[in-house]
Amino acid sequence: MKRKWNWALWLGFVVAVGGLFSYQFFIQFPSTRDFPWANLLLFGIGVALLLVGLFRAFGRPQVYRGKIFGAIFAVIAVLLFAFFSYVTFYVLKQVPLSAQAPRVGEKAPEFTLSDQNGKQVALSDLLSPKGAVLIFYRGFW
Amino acid sequence: MRSFQKRLSEFEKRGVHLAAISVDPVERTASHCRKMGYTFTFLSDSDAAVIKRYDVLHRGAGPKSADIARPAEFYVDAGGTVRWVNLTENIAVRARPGQALSAIDTAK
Repeated sequence: MKRKWNWALWLGFVVAVGGLFSYQFFIQFPSTRDFPWANLLLFGIGVALLLVGLFRAFGRPQVYRGKIFGAIFAVIAVLLFAFFSYVTFYVLKQVPLSAQAPRVGEKAPEFTLSDQNGKQVALSDLLSPKGAVLIFYRGFW
Repeated sequence: MRSFQKRLSEFEKRGVHLAAISVDPVERTASHCRKMGYTFTFLSDSDAAVIKRYDVLHRGAGPKSADIARPAEFYVDAGGTVRWVNLTENIAVRARPGQALSAIDTAK
């Protein structure tokens, strides 16, 4: 008898992979970037589906396929999740202390830099009438 | 950055300039601004001199181990005094425009 297609394994794997690669998308919105709950949710759904698929493959091997590729999918999904967790909960938190950064009440260091139009702009040019918000970026767009 | 552009008028209404700073050269900053539709000042600090002066350098954190700025936000008042500093402990977590606006309103 031909065994059944184990869709839960395939879907679970696709969702888990999506959990990693959708980071590029979710990072655009502060609500899904500050804490990557949307990605974690996808990983959770993916792993749950993979478990369902594995239970089927190993519990009823005469009915369902997927003992071997199911195990491979599950291992890859767990590795992707481990990588994602390492980056979001460790790498992203490796930020320099900036202990010498100007503090509230101190004078902001003066500077002159070129803007996007090639015009030289000094901090003092930006301060009237009510000051300026300076936003430092990692860049490399 | 997108979120700051969206609420740019609220900064303008308060008479406050927005200025972004990164190590990207002028050309890259210019094309990025065009692509994203950013109309606020975007400054280029290619040798990271100002970034170092503000102690917001993240050594070797860029592509090919380039020195770049860590995310950081400051509100400087008309007299040149720092009134608000936001130094994130997580690269993914940045100041939102609302935080900067309320810092401006509190500083008045």
